[in-house]
Formats: sequence, C-alpha cells, structure tokens
Amino acid sequence: MSEATIDSPSTTSAPAVRAEKTRGTSAWRHIWTIAKREVAGYFASPVAYVFIVIFLLLTGFFAFMVSGFFERGQANLMAFFAWHPWLYLFLVPAVGMRMWSEERRLGTIELLLTMPITPWQAIVGKFLASWLILALALVLTFPIVITVNYLGNPDNGVILASYAGSLLLSGAYLSVSAMTSAMTRNQVVSFILSVVICLFLILAGYSPITNLLTQWASSWLVDTIAAFSVMTHFESIQKGVIDSRDVLFFLSVIGFCLFTTSVIIRAHRAG
Amino acid sequence: MIEVRNLKKSFGAKTAVNGVSFKVEMGEVLGFLGPNGAGKSTTMRMITGFIPPSEGEVFVGGFNMLDNPIPAKSLIGYLPENAPSYTDMTVMGFLGFAAELRGLHGDAGKRAIHRVVEMCFLESVLHQSIETLSKGFRHRTCFAQSIIHDPPVLVLDEPTDGLDPNQKHEVRTLIRKMGRTKAIVFSTHILEEVEAACSRAIIIDRGQIVANGTPDELKQRSELAGAVTVRLLDGSSTEVMQRLNQLPTVGKCAVLSESPVTVRAYLKKSGERGELAREIGNIAATERWRIEELHTEEGRLDEVFRNITRPETKQEEAA
Repeated sequence: MSEATIDSPSTTSAPAVRAEKTRGTSAWRHIWTIAKREVAGYFASPVAYVFIVIFLLLTGFFAFMVSGFFERGQANLMAFFAWHPWLYLFLVPAVGMRMWSEERRLGTIELLLTMPITPWQAIVGKFLASWLILALALVLTFPIVITVNYLGNPDNGVILASYAGSLLLSGAYLSVSAMTSAMTRNQVVSFILSVVICLFLILAGYSPITNLLTQWASSWLVDTIAAFSVMTHFESIQKGVIDSRDVLFFLSVIGFCLFTTSVIIRAHRAG
Repeated sequence: MIEVRNLKKSFGAKTAVNGVSFKVEMGEVLGFLGPNGAGKSTTMRMITGFIPPSEGEVFVGGFNMLDNPIPAKSLIGYLPENAPSYTDMTVMGFLGFAAELRGLHGDAGKRAIHRVVEMCFLESVLHQSIETLSKGFRHRTCFAQSIIHDPPVLVLDEPTDGLDPNQKHEVRTLIRKMGRTKAIVFSTHILEEVEAACSRAIIIDRGQIVANGTPDELKQRSELAGAVTVRLLDGSSTEVMQRLNQLPTVGKCAVLSESPVTVRAYLKKSGERGELAREIGNIAATERWRIEELHTEEGRLDEVFRNITRPETKQEEAA
C-alpha cells in the first residue's frame, strides 16, 4: 500500500467500494455498451449494408441459379445452406477484419483498455456486436423459408437447425477474424490471414480433399483431421440433428480464438 | 495519489524507461518534460495501465495497477497522445460511450456530458461526426472524455499538441484550475507551458529522470540565473569587463554588444541570488558609467533543458 491511501482515505475508498459492489452486474453492462457502440459503428460505415446486401444477393444467386433450387424439386433448403461455408469464407473476414486492427490504427485501443473494464469485456462485446450483424443478415434470408413452405411441405425443424448451424459457423469464422485482426493494424493482412485459416477449417473436412487423403493416409488420421473441420460439423447439423458435440465444437473454436485474441492483445501491450 | 516506483520498460533490446520513480499528490500539477523519444509516453502508458511495466510498480490512489487495475483505472482520466477517438461517432455519442464505460448511466451520464461539453466548448459540434471536425475540436473531444467522470487523477499526454495559441491558452488555464483539486501529470515539450501550468516539473531523458523540482528551482540551474546584464550609453567594453571581473562572485563576463556597450556578468555559482546587481550599481556610480539598463537575469528553462538533455549526437561524440 502506498502512503497515498493513508493520507487520503476518504477520496480513494469511495470509488473503490462502488467498483467492488457493481462488478458483477457492470461486466455485462460494459459488454453491452461496447457492443452497442460497435453495432453503431458498423452502420455508420457502409460495412454492415454492403455485407447484408452482398450476402443476400449471393445466397440467392447460388441457391437459385447455381444449385437450381426450383429444378431440384425438393422441399428443403440444402441448395441454400450448402453455399454458406464458402460465402462466409470471404464475407465474414470482411466484417471481422476491422474489429481490432481499426482500433489499433485509430489509437482508440489505448482509450478502450485504460477504461475501468477488463480486456475480456471488450473482446466479448466486440465479438457479439459483429456476430449480431451476421445474424441479422441471416434473418433477412427469411423469404426463402416462406418460398419453400409455399411450394411444398419442408421439415421446418431441419431448416431451423440449419439456421442455427449457419449462425454457429459464422461465429467460428468471426472468432478467427477477431484473432487475425488483433495481430495487425493492417486490415488487408488481417483479411487474408483470416481467409486462409478459415479455408483450412473448411478443407480439412471437405469430401474431395478427404477422399484424396484416404488414398495414402490411414482412415483414423483422416477422420481426426476432418474432426477439426467446420464442414464435418456443419453438415451434421444440416441433417437436422443438433448434436451437442457439434455445438460444442463451434463454441470451442470461438472460445479458443477469443482466448488467443486476448493473448495477442496482451502480448502487444507488453511489447 | 500517483506513486511510481522504479519503473522500467524495455521493448526487445531497447530500454525505453529505466528506473523512473516519483509521486504526485492531490493539488499538484506535474509537468513531464523531455525530448522526443525520452520515454514520456511510455511512462504515461504504464501509469494508466495500458502497458505493463517490465519492472517496478505503479500505485494510483493506493491501488496497485497490476494487481488491482479496475479500481485504479476508475480513478484516472487519460488523454492519450494524438487524442484518439472513434471517428465514425458523433461527439455526443462518443462522450455517451465514455460516460457509460465510466459507470455513468442515465441522468448522471447526461449531467456529466453537459458539464464537459460546457468546459471544453463543444456545444456547436455536439451532433457532428468526429471525422468532420478540425483537429482542435477532436482534441477537445478526447480531452472532454478524460474528465467526464471528474477523476481525481488526470494523465494528459501532450494536451496542447496541435492546438492554436488561443486553444493552448485555454487548455493551460483549465489544467491549472483543475490542478487545485486533482493530481495531474501532463507531458509536453513546450517549456513555457511548464511555467504557465505546473507546480512541479520532471525532466526525463533517455528513460531516466534528470531533473525534478518546481519550475523556479529548475530555472536556478540555468547558467543565466542570477547573472547581471549592464548596458551603458558610452564607455568601452574592455574597461567594463575588467572592472566586473574583479568582483569576487563573478565567474566570467561576456560582451553581448559593442554599441551600445552591453556586458553580462555570470555568477561563479549560478542561481545564487545575491547582491551582484547592487555591487555593479555601486561600481557604476564610482566609475561614472552612464547606465541605460541594469538587470538581474531570470534563469531560462530552455537553457536548463538543453544542458541536461543533450542531443544524442553530442553524446556519441563525447563517448
């Protein structure tokens, strides 16, 4: 303890007691404050609009034109969801690349991390805000659900599960982008790194690649590598079964990447 | 309120701050001086908890910044170098964000925003996006953010950098006013600022404190402090030099100009304010010099600064 506390206990203890009392509730309040600012930031710049419009156009284009949604004559949304891992591959890093690199470029990271909040609150707040933008884009694809229900009798449980899987998938990609954007103040570098890592997460379980691997690697090795792929888990959820192992996989990717983000941020500050 | 103990920070092989210790009490304004790259910003970043020190400790209001960062940080208002802000937000939005993170919600937040907007003259740009603002307004917006929770401790990294002379004056006045009830540390490389706003100054060079005292005390370290300048209407400079050199307290004399004859007598031990001016006056009376001007010099901070923070090139030559 320094002498300052002894000299002036009245001036120092009051805010401390207040801080102690409100720590539990204020953690979520801080996350909420940061997330709110972040969402406003996305809509103040064209990022959110561009992402949502491009996402809707591309999902529509691939589902109807490339996969032939109508020609298939099936009352399901396989043609729609199958493209999500590939669309997210480019679109999610585009949303996530600014998350921390912008903060470092502007120097506002110095403001943010000297506020009476923990770095975790900032990391989670920023992540949730970006995820909300992705979720919003996903929600706005609802016309395709209406269409398929109008044309036939799809299993809406499967559709709902697929939506949940798609959201988890985008969250996993986003956490990778959060991590890469903490590494650099250059958004382009952050974007490319993120795409490469996400591409690996896809390819490790993408059947053309795994088929190639089985020719020279033992099957347990291929299965182990594939278990790390988002494809394996996304496809499993798409079948309509939300297996806790698949959910756990996505959540642990998110948890791991956000933890790494905090390590990178701490390492940067430590010099 | 602020106590810094043996603070060290190295980035790789480069030592930015090397064993800095000082204290700042309530009601003190500490000026942090030093050439560029001396370690001012690094020290401030360690005080505010942005970067952890390699060695040493920081206490703010008795809380150790490493062990207890949240209560320590809540006591500090911080204006980082270059006054960063979220340029996509409006001034109002930005201040609201800062207020909420400082735990000021609802009416308390509104009152706090109102108070700082008035103090920093931001009414006219309140609903403007920060990226459309001039540098002065951006700077004041970030400054407003730092005082929004009326913190007992203020850390300001070059608070007048990039402002015009009027704005500089306003900020200095504000610092001096707030300094009566707060503990303030601010860094600058403008020396007049130290005299205008500080109760104490620290000069830091290559990561180490090289001087610590009130601005007056520091000025006394100047060679010029206590020197006496005489200007005569006529007479010869050599004669004046000769007479002045005979005085026991005079170390050396220098001729500043030949016509009119202007001679400056430096003290042997600078800073010892004495009777030199009167003694010279007496000599002038007996010698019948026609004095036009006779005055004792104040020390000059920039001279002190130059003497103790020699540029690196000189240092290398000496080595």
